[in-house]
Amino acid sequence: MKPLHSGYLSLLLSLLMTGVALTQPLQQTATDILWTVHSPAMMIGMTLLAAALYAIWSPLALFHSAVFTFLTALAGLQLLRLGALAQPAAGYWLLVLSLALLAQLTVQRLAEARLAHLPQGAVAALFGGWLLYFWQLLVTVFAVPQVLLPTPLAILQAIMDNAGLLAGDFVQTVLKSVVIGYLLGSGLGILTGILIERFPFLQRGLLPLANLTSTIPLVGVAPIAVMWFGFDWPSKAAVIVLVTFFPALVSTLAGLQATGKLEQELMYSYAASPRLTLLALRLPAAMPFIFNALKVNSTLALISAIVAEFFGSPTAGLGFRISAEAARMHMPVVWAAIVVASLVGSGLYALLVRLERRVTFWHPAIRGHHR
Amino acid sequence: MNTETFRQHVLPVSVIVLAAILFWYCLTIGLNAPGAIARVLPKNGHWGYGDFVLTTLNMARPVLPAPHQILLDIWHSLTQWSLSSPRNLLLHTWVTASAALTGFSMGVVLGLLLAVCIVHSQTLDKALLPWIVASQTVPVLAIAPIVLIILGSLGITGLLPKAVIAMYLCFFPVTVAMVQGLRSPQKLEMELLHTYATGKLDTFWLLRLPASLPFLFPAFRVAIASGLVGTMVAELPTGAQAGLGARLLTGSYYGNTIQIWSALVMASLLGLLLTALVSLLERIVMRTRRTV
Repeated sequence: MKPLHSGYLSLLLSLLMTGVALTQPLQQTATDILWTVHSPAMMIGMTLLAAALYAIWSPLALFHSAVFTFLTALAGLQLLRLGALAQPAAGYWLLVLSLALLAQLTVQRLAEARLAHLPQGAVAALFGGWLLYFWQLLVTVFAVPQVLLPTPLAILQAIMDNAGLLAGDFVQTVLKSVVIGYLLGSGLGILTGILIERFPFLQRGLLPLANLTSTIPLVGVAPIAVMWFGFDWPSKAAVIVLVTFFPALVSTLAGLQATGKLEQELMYSYAASPRLTLLALRLPAAMPFIFNALKVNSTLALISAIVAEFFGSPTAGLGFRISAEAARMHMPVVWAAIVVASLVGSGLYALLVRLERRVTFWHPAIRGHHR
Repeated sequence: MNTETFRQHVLPVSVIVLAAILFWYCLTIGLNAPGAIARVLPKNGHWGYGDFVLTTLNMARPVLPAPHQILLDIWHSLTQWSLSSPRNLLLHTWVTASAALTGFSMGVVLGLLLAVCIVHSQTLDKALLPWIVASQTVPVLAIAPIVLIILGSLGITGLLPKAVIAMYLCFFPVTVAMVQGLRSPQKLEMELLHTYATGKLDTFWLLRLPASLPFLFPAFRVAIASGLVGTMVAELPTGAQAGLGARLLTGSYYGNTIQIWSALVMASLLGLLLTALVSLLERIVMRTRRTV
């Protein structure tokens, strides 16, 4: 295998910068940080050099790009431990730039290493990790005020410190408003779809209107819901029911019409009753459509709950936490609430995807996936 | 209009709309009845059914305003106040629409750029696209207060913060659809261009871009709708002076239900109008494409 694959320009640049950095002061006023053998700066420089040199001569394989990534990450960790310098000087910036080039290369190398057993999303995870790392590093070095942008570690700290509070918000927003509203809204939508399917007149009248609702900001009914149902979770659940109803209805109707003529005629030749046709053929065929709506609805429900809480809520809930702590400029807590909301959102989505795999195992898209 | 389209489309839709309006009126009477009996109607009980119905349909602060009250409120605000007055709903609609459209344009540009980069770079495809797809499952609107605070402390206020949030909501669907669309050309077509020794740039203009258009416009419709929601939500925490979201918030502070409903109706009309504009654009673009 040819050792030099891609990004050799970045590698050479990185080598050059690390080399120059070793001759430059790390701090503008410092006399204490010198380029002695045991100084942290020397360690970082040496690790970076090692990583770059390794990358130049290593072939493009998973093991070698893992070693390269490990070396680069090691240098990164040391750089992070150096902490916030009073006045970082040329040497420091050169090291950071060199690290950035190498970090970009680790992602590129991993993406190019065509390997079957590389878990899906590994490249994205590495990229996300580097993004978080540079967020932490740059925010610390530039001493960005916490109000503007807290560091990832500060957000993590806020999550741990406020775990009880956030758990309460989770119960209030997710377990009460979202789950109840989502189940009610989607369930009603699907049921209405199945019922309406029998009445072509109703269907033709309702479908265009239901389609139109996707262009309407339905979340806006939140203040009215708060007036009608009070500050607590019923008002949020009501908004979610309204918002999730129409996508479920439209998708169910579209799904029920998705069966082919051939299958329908087969059922007819079996003298199957409409109910049996529905259960055995049309509902299963509609499942991919219904699951699409359920997936869209899971995000919509969470967004609606959070927005509805901006209009008034008891002193708990993710939306309340976000707006209240933002007003008090406690930004780490705000970010912590957002992280929780994001985790819940992607968790719900992942759950639905798993359920979909189970239910629509027969679908070509899913069968093709397992092959 | 022939009788067939009338029977198949117009009649069912009008029947449903009429039924909905009738249901609304019944609901109005039912929901406003306790308030009307307690506060408006004479205490001695000398009132008939006619008075009762008329009162419930014309309350000053109803639980649920009747449709004609909402329409009257919108009509008054449009005709009795100048365009620059904060009592004119058209001003608020324009404030929201301009922010949403600015954000939409920014989001489309960003989304298209990202999609082009992702299609042409394997690294970005593997490193960035999963995050963009995953971010669709996340309640991105929750980030609105943070964006407002960060931009506000940088001295950026007014239209731009709202547009940034709208942009943030718009670019996801555009990117995902555009990546799908740019990859939609068949292998055969790509190979044909390859045999012509067409460069990447020409392949983009001749094949990839035209092939992506059918994917692009549905994404635009989704994007503009969510961009409008984003703009309205962005108007909430700032205590913005103008905009439909601000109207909703002040209406909910002062318990002015008619104001909330008329802002909602205007927002819905705006959403329909913006989507119709996108559809119109789609029709124009697609028509030229077919004739070529």
